[in-house]
Amino acid sequence: MKYNWNWHIFFEPSPNGTGNYLDMLLSGLVLTIETALLAWIIALVIGTIVGVMRTLPSKTASAIGFCYVEFFRNIPLLVQLFLWFFVLPELLPRSAGLWLKQMPNAPFWTASIGVGLFMSVRVAEQLRAGIGSLPRGQKMAATALGLTTTQAYRYVLLPIAFRVILPPLTSEFLSTIKNTSVAITIGLIELTGQARAMQEFSFQVFEAFTAATVLYLLINLVVVIGMRLLERQVAIPGYISGK
Amino acid sequence: MFSNFDFDVIRRSLPYLFLDGMTFTLTLTALSAVGGLVFGTALALMRLSGFKLLGRIAGLYVDLMRSLPLVLVIFWFYFLVPYIGQWLTGASRPIRVGAFTSSLVTFIMFEAAYFSEIMRAGIQSISKGQPAAASALGLTYSQSMRYIVLPQAFRNMLPVLLTQTIVLFQDTSLVYVLSIPDFLGAASKVAQRDGRLVEMYLFAAAVYFVISSLASYGVRRLQARIAIVR
Repeated sequence: MKYNWNWHIFFEPSPNGTGNYLDMLLSGLVLTIETALLAWIIALVIGTIVGVMRTLPSKTASAIGFCYVEFFRNIPLLVQLFLWFFVLPELLPRSAGLWLKQMPNAPFWTASIGVGLFMSVRVAEQLRAGIGSLPRGQKMAATALGLTTTQAYRYVLLPIAFRVILPPLTSEFLSTIKNTSVAITIGLIELTGQARAMQEFSFQVFEAFTAATVLYLLINLVVVIGMRLLERQVAIPGYISGK
Repeated sequence: MFSNFDFDVIRRSLPYLFLDGMTFTLTLTALSAVGGLVFGTALALMRLSGFKLLGRIAGLYVDLMRSLPLVLVIFWFYFLVPYIGQWLTGASRPIRVGAFTSSLVTFIMFEAAYFSEIMRAGIQSISKGQPAAASALGLTYSQSMRYIVLPQAFRNMLPVLLTQTIVLFQDTSLVYVLSIPDFLGAASKVAQRDGRLVEMYLFAAAVYFVISSLASYGVRRLQARIAIVR
């Protein structure tokens, strides 16, 4: 038995009746990007809050931050998605649970929020390391100038810390994109899901997966180039890879 | 909210969950970690060998694996392994491969890329004087790697390697997409059979949480103990 390659398969009509197989994969690509972007926004916002909390002098704040990080880091993403998708609606009061279950596009929202929370921990840890890497004098000088803690973070610490951690944040963003594929298990038909569906309908396994692979590589390339440009934009002269 | 919670379904399924499910998960994790480390070290050595072509090939492989989501790689290998088996054994048709073998090959190949980056950093962290001193003593390249560089690189990177293994332990849950009964797969089977999703998934989450937390606590302790004072 030999495998029959058929690269023309992409231009054959797909069984869902909305175009050919290529359209199917591209719609998956769009969904992957949408999910990843929403997840990334959630991860950045919550990750920043938690990361800052862990560097505050307050014991309570850093303990809360620690518990948050431990919770989301020690449970597999797949199990977390199951918790949000299958378990949460059952634990909520009846009406709220029903509303959750009947929500349109439930897999999309669950995946975005679930992946977002999962990645927020990674962002928080990167940011904590970034803030920790700044010279102590920065915070002291800010305080000496009469800035409140909020102002010190807003105007002094965070702007530098985010520049320091920009390269690791790039790989966390790439992880976010890759992690959206886990949502295939709660019925989100994103890029990997569409490739899988194409494989099941057309039996052209390797063409389908090759196409998905190429599309993922393209996304990676675009993100890496974009982040390089951003890094160059925000570099401070005389500081961290600045000219 | 927990009034109609059925703890008995967990108790009844414990033997199945742990004897079948968790054994599968832990065996897969351990073997993939060892295999991934061996292949990963080989890839790292290829990249640092100075042979341009070898380095290029290893680099391409590592970059490719690291750009793809694990779920897609699992699907790739699930369909690819029978053909690789056919090619290796010279059989006339794609060979049958069991769920365990297929996922083991997947995780070894996937983790090798990540372990290789860790080992590469570890090897590069060894000061130049070490291999120089080794070659001054008349050790060949492979002897200097085997006796001088790799043991130190491995020791320096042990905490990172173990942390990656904890990530791997969590990632093995993704074999769920192939309906393989690992720990999560087993929990999910019971959950769907008895209509007890809430209990089973909460229990699975708790088990993963406890094991991963304990393991990362252990890694932190180890890190404090073996850290070399420079």
